[in-house]
Amino acid sequence: MLAYLIRRFSQAIFVMAVMATIVFFGLYAVGNPVDLLINPEADLAEQEATMRRLGLDRPVHVQFGYFLNGLMQGDLGTSFVHNRPALELILSRLPATLELAFLGILIAVGLGVPLGMIAGLRPEAPYSKLIMAGSVVGFSTPNFWQGLMLIMFFAVFLGWLPAGGRGDTIDVLGIPVSFLTWDGLSHLILPAVNVAIFKMSLVIRLTRAGTSEVALQDYVKYARARGLSPRRVIGVHILKNILIPVVTVLGLETGNVIAFAVVTETVFAWPGIGKLLIDSIGLLDRPVVVAYLMLTVFLFVMINLIVDIGYSLLDPRVRIKGDKA
Amino acid sequence: MTDPVLSVRGLRTEFATRAGTVVAVDSVSFDVAAGEVLGVVGESGSGKTITGFSILGLIDRPGRITAGEVLLNGTDLRKLPESQMQRLRGDRIAMIFQDPMMTLNPVLRIDTQMVETICAHRDVSTARAREMAAEALGLVGIPSPVERLRNYPHEMSGGMRQRVVIAMALMLEPDLIIADEPTTALDVTIQSQILSEVQRLLAQRRTALIWITHDLTVVAGLAHRVAVMYAGHIVETGAVDDLLDTPAHPYTQGLISSIPSAVPRGERLVPISGMTPSLINLPAGCAFAPRCPQADARCQAERPWQKELTRGHALRCFHPLVQGAAS
Amino acid sequence: MTVTRADTPLRRFVADYLTSPLAVVAGLGLAVIVLLAVFAGQIAPQNPYDLGQITIFDGSLPPGELGFEGFRFWLGSDEQGRDMLSAMIYGLRISLFVSFVAVGSAVLIGLGLGLLAAWRGGSIEAIVMRTVDIQLSFPALLVALLLLAALGKGVDKVIIALILVQWAYFARTVRAAALVEIKKDYVMAARAAALPQWRILFGHVLPNVMPPVLVIATVQIANAIAIEASLSFLGVGVPITEPSLGLLIANGFDYLLSGRYWISFYPGVALLITLVCINLVGDHVRDILNPRMQS
Repeated sequence: MLAYLIRRFSQAIFVMAVMATIVFFGLYAVGNPVDLLINPEADLAEQEATMRRLGLDRPVHVQFGYFLNGLMQGDLGTSFVHNRPALELILSRLPATLELAFLGILIAVGLGVPLGMIAGLRPEAPYSKLIMAGSVVGFSTPNFWQGLMLIMFFAVFLGWLPAGGRGDTIDVLGIPVSFLTWDGLSHLILPAVNVAIFKMSLVIRLTRAGTSEVALQDYVKYARARGLSPRRVIGVHILKNILIPVVTVLGLETGNVIAFAVVTETVFAWPGIGKLLIDSIGLLDRPVVVAYLMLTVFLFVMINLIVDIGYSLLDPRVRIKGDKA
Repeated sequence: MTDPVLSVRGLRTEFATRAGTVVAVDSVSFDVAAGEVLGVVGESGSGKTITGFSILGLIDRPGRITAGEVLLNGTDLRKLPESQMQRLRGDRIAMIFQDPMMTLNPVLRIDTQMVETICAHRDVSTARAREMAAEALGLVGIPSPVERLRNYPHEMSGGMRQRVVIAMALMLEPDLIIADEPTTALDVTIQSQILSEVQRLLAQRRTALIWITHDLTVVAGLAHRVAVMYAGHIVETGAVDDLLDTPAHPYTQGLISSIPSAVPRGERLVPISGMTPSLINLPAGCAFAPRCPQADARCQAERPWQKELTRGHALRCFHPLVQGAAS
Repeated sequence: MTVTRADTPLRRFVADYLTSPLAVVAGLGLAVIVLLAVFAGQIAPQNPYDLGQITIFDGSLPPGELGFEGFRFWLGSDEQGRDMLSAMIYGLRISLFVSFVAVGSAVLIGLGLGLLAAWRGGSIEAIVMRTVDIQLSFPALLVALLLLAALGKGVDKVIIALILVQWAYFARTVRAAALVEIKKDYVMAARAAALPQWRILFGHVLPNVMPPVLVIATVQIANAIAIEASLSFLGVGVPITEPSLGLLIANGFDYLLSGRYWISFYPGVALLITLVCINLVGDHVRDILNPRMQS
């Protein structure tokens, strides 16, 4: 197990190194590096001074060295627009995105798994077909349009919920969270539902496929033959077997959720890292974009790693084989 | 004579398929006494597995039991509500399936699966249940049972897995065990080990056993009585020696002749001609008639009913190979 | 004695496809949509990008209203006076065009690289597959977003971004399927008989690789449409001169809060119907091809 962890970890570091290289040389190739790191509105003398200070007049490999050096120290440049370190800026917006993502996934799993199991246990029943039809519509609907429709319906026509923005926050361990206040929750619901619907459709489909397959297995019949209660048969024997693929996909999708939050945050004016990214792109605040990229790479690599470890914990058959490439 | 532990009368199980109604089990009747081993023999599709599931009440849609009685110690199981059947299953009647790799849940440990069975039927603490489980494992000859409890099914060999399943069946001292081809998936050497284990264990208790198989040779050494099934019907029932030495039904005779070891070396093997019929298109008369060397017009028109040939030897045929006291 | 027609794979496929009425309806719907897109110029009642045909006096009319010159706006008009119905039909054309071209190219690239990786193996395979793995561990939308942020707006740039984001999926599937095929005995026999590599690859391996590719392609077309729509909505996709459905929806965002919902609503419905049809068709195709793939 330890050898496996070490291998995966070094793979993760390798990927990050590759990404850092791609980002650096990609930016270098795409445009004048001066513009990328220095405010293009500064006058010529300032630009030259900054260039010298940042070592931009040095050869490429030296610059790359500086870049990596900065990376290790957590310095990813300074935002033009906000005049704060880009990394710090992003991290300050991260909690908003995270609470959105987690609530969305929670809803998706909390509703999706039971619905999928219901549909899987009795696939011929009319309500099962309804659930499946719903799931097709759910993941065919473009996310942003769905968000707009949610706003249109609940905020404009019905007036029950606010049309955007984040609500009041309370500090928990120094991190501002909004789901602990009524106002915060009312702002959080619509965007979280927006995030959840797509994922929920996926979860429903996965769970249903898994359940209908597992329910036919001999070990389920055997469990019933031993007089185990239906609750135990469904809740333990069936559930544990279908959770494995569901959790795996969900884990991989978590990264997606954070990425797609870009769309939801734009629609609902939610102050998370997604909205920050779009704004920064629009305002040509390149350091923030770079910082976002690096952070996302890091997050993804970490999530993949956690998912792989989690998978091997869940499925005992994988554990024994040890290394998974 | 004491009442039999299990008495099946006129059992009929149907499946509604798109192509029509399939009668998987038809007019099946037999008794099993305490401590007796009944071998149920037949080819695949003969209805023997469905019979086992029907006794346990585990027939799912689109199947239904449409007729008959299943009396366990006098109680008709068909009339019991599901909650009571659930209490019986695993406790008074235990079932052993064919492939232990498929019947043990691969993501749960052995102790979890054994303890949950015990706790479903006995009011004992988890710790006590684990002790009982370990005892049961020891009983079937598994070394270091306490360590084995923490294993997952894939960490054990095929033979050991089947021993676990047998242990689970015996654990709660059921009145009846239904074993559906329990050794078919195992190597021949393991198979004979398991068989002798089972014989030993049965000798100690008064558990009734139904051993379902397609292999006559297995049954020959183990069973007291044999029921031969074909196309959903029991065509012959009798004491094992009677049946094997003097089979009365042409199909039984055919089965015996098909065994390679029964035929002296150098002589031709005698298979049964033809194929098992599709259960949707059963012929009007005797289901075996198309393949039977002695079938006549009556056999093809009328379906034979069950008759007693001699005491304990019943038959479903118009032209028995052996003459009996009654006819 | 009746003579049965030869049972070609194509006939079997069609016969299997027809077993699901839902998928047939979806397929027909898709055909209609494609036809609408191709013949947009002839079908749409108005060319919304011909400035001579629109007038601001017709702006923001609700659905069903008559316009200044007696033109009926069945689905309403946007703030410039453009007929939503026509804009949607043209927008459909752009959306479909972009995704079909992108996916088609991604399939070709994926086929090429996947077959190469499977056939050559060794370091070539390792390089290709590592790249695929890295590419696939990042969500498509994000990669496309960042690419377009660097490249700028434009239909061609969107197509490039989509291709770059999608080729990896195909390459991986193709390689996996090709590997299965290459390990089969008849390929080894063909190699031993020194048949030219082209013949083996294109005559034998390729046809067996196509079914899973087809399945993935349908999913990816839906994906491409959705991603392009999202990108356009976010402002980094197609330019205003060639609006896709996504851009139309974006345009209507501001008017939503004042109750003029139709500018965003109807293009979204069109998008939804298109995607549902594609997904239903894709699901059914996958169900049909799956048991066959295992045989």
